[in-house]
Amino acid sequence: MKTLLIGEYREGKLLESTYELSGFAEKLGAETAMLLVGDENSLPAYNGTLYLADAVTCGEYNPDLHKKLILETVQQENPDYIVFLHSSYGWDLAPRIAASLKIAQISEVIGIQDNGSFEVGACNGKMRRTVKSATSRTVVTIQAGAFTAAEPGGTPTVRKLTADGGGRLEFIGYEPAEQKEIDLAKAEVIVSAGRGVGKKDNVPVIAALAKALGGELGASRPVVDAEWIAHDHQVGTTGQTVSPKLYVACGISGAIQHLAGMKKSDFIIAINKDKDAPIGEIADVLVVADVMQFVPALTAKIAR
Amino acid sequence: MKLLVCVKQVPDLESRFKPDAAGVWYNETDLAFRMNEYDEYAVEQAVQLREKLGEGTELTVLSIGPDRVVETIKKALAMGCDNAVHVQDVAASGKDSWQIASIIAAYAKDKCFDVIFTGMQSQDRGSAQVGVTIAEQLGFACTTTIVGFDYDNGTITAKRELEGGIKGVVKLKIPALVTCQLGLNIPRYPTLPNIMKAKRKEIVVIPVADMLKEEALVATGSFHPPAKKGGGIVLEGDVADLVEKVLAILKDKTAVLR
Ligand SMILES: Cc1cc2nc3c(=O)[nH]c(=O)nc-3n(C[C@H](O)[C@H](O)[C@H](O)COP(=O)(O)OP(=O)(O)OC[C@H]3O[C@@H](n4cnc5c(N)ncnc54)[C@H](O)[C@@H]3O)c2cc1C
Ligand SMILES: Nc1ncnc2c1ncn2[C@@H]1O[C@H](COP(=O)(O)O)[C@@H](O)[C@H]1O
Repeated sequence: MKTLLIGEYREGKLLESTYELSGFAEKLGAETAMLLVGDENSLPAYNGTLYLADAVTCGEYNPDLHKKLILETVQQENPDYIVFLHSSYGWDLAPRIAASLKIAQISEVIGIQDNGSFEVGACNGKMRRTVKSATSRTVVTIQAGAFTAAEPGGTPTVRKLTADGGGRLEFIGYEPAEQKEIDLAKAEVIVSAGRGVGKKDNVPVIAALAKALGGELGASRPVVDAEWIAHDHQVGTTGQTVSPKLYVACGISGAIQHLAGMKKSDFIIAINKDKDAPIGEIADVLVVADVMQFVPALTAKIAR
Repeated sequence: MKLLVCVKQVPDLESRFKPDAAGVWYNETDLAFRMNEYDEYAVEQAVQLREKLGEGTELTVLSIGPDRVVETIKKALAMGCDNAVHVQDVAASGKDSWQIASIIAAYAKDKCFDVIFTGMQSQDRGSAQVGVTIAEQLGFACTTTIVGFDYDNGTITAKRELEGGIKGVVKLKIPALVTCQLGLNIPRYPTLPNIMKAKRKEIVVIPVADMLKEEALVATGSFHPPAKKGGGIVLEGDVADLVEKVLAILKDKTAVLR
């Protein structure tokens, strides 16, 4: 069995997450080759064939050109699996490859079954599915953090790739993340509000608990998108990554993108009216209650 | 110009999910359905573009599914879409992303759409494939996960959201497809007059058999709850009791209460 691993660069630097692809291949028990559109000066520690194209000429985000490079390499290597991270780069490119080859794509894989099936999430992480490819070659995207990165080591055998032709997208440039006025990474206690708090008017109730515990106010994404709480309070893959001594999740379901930002917290208390909410999988304590009843009652006791 | 927005109807994610008889998807009994959250942003962006372009621009909403999806189509009409297409398919949940995309591409093929909007992913299946696959099948330029959208004279300027909140700015020429991310805009609530108006708009019904020529490429083995990891404590009951228990735990297990 053979995998072609498609790693990632951002602003000239290899992304560490690339090693998770090797972790996946190891778990699958498959041989690997790797393809990177990146930079010779930032190569992975990797023992194997590395197809390398230059991001300066090919662009870091140029799906048409990257697709062409990948399809050429697939011809060379004949892999059974073409593996991406389920990331802004991977979910953008993977379906283009699958459609071009008219082969199956299995998205956001979290586990490998003995019978050649893969486990994926469903219903915002509340449920699981096992799925199987019906084609002889398969495109896979793996969930960030689901496969332990292999111990990096070795020096790749580099095969240079070149591509010409522009591609239909013109990449203008990166825009840095918004300036943060608060650095949640330093907080020892974070109390976060999710959509379950119901409305903007209820946010002060959550903020009061944060204050009583001497902590900061965090937020899930919908609360930020709805402008109930400022963006710099957002926890998660597209917000801040935090690891406080105590994290209190109020009315947060526990979507993977939120968990990725807070699961390393020392102690997690979740308040949710739904006993089956996925946050329960990582919480040390799941309080099954209405946030607007429980939180003020708890704050009152602490404040006294 | 001609615009298309694709919407999926999904169950309320706060529901309890149970496997269906075949054990491959959820049982629909007792579930309430609504518009896929990502698609609300797609509809809003499409409506905003339609308003900006004004007369002579037509915005069509399309959804594949059983008759219940008409409710979601009506919501999109009430938000400001002009025309509607319901690809009627009682077995839509059994189709894979390749088939769903193929149905939409087959419909769009000879309609000369300039811009197609989809959600970045559906909340129940979450494949994040359908949009990009439609674009591939139609030969459209495409970009994904957008949190910013601007259109001027045949060119879209889109802001893609990347990990850590960084953004990537790209330009693409129409015909193009974009997949919409949460927070792209603030989706409007349909007003009562618009809801009434939407009721009178015609919805074109097309049987799925007329549109689907493709076999599935992925098969589902089972649909099931995650294996319980255990470890955590679940507290239930009276609020006053819960407060006492949590206070005790905070004192015992964390250093935050002195
Ligand atoms: C590429 C990408 C990046 C993303 N990045 C992030 C990110 O950085 N951070 C992030 O948070 N999300 C992110 N998301 C969104 C994520 O997928 C979820 O949509 C989001 O985390 C859900 O937020 P929530 O838990 O507050 O809301 P919901 O999922 O709607 O959950 C609300 C919860 O509140 C509970 N509830 C409702 N009412 C009450 C009540 N009265 N009392 C108690 N509980 C109640 C419900 O049972 C439910 O569990 C991202 C998504 C994508 C696709
Ligand atoms: N049954 C459907 N009908 C119409 N559009 C759909 C359907 N399923 C998926 N889509 C569109 O494709 C997007 C991505 O879905 P998915 O690939 O399932 O994650 C959704 O946000 C919708 O815009």
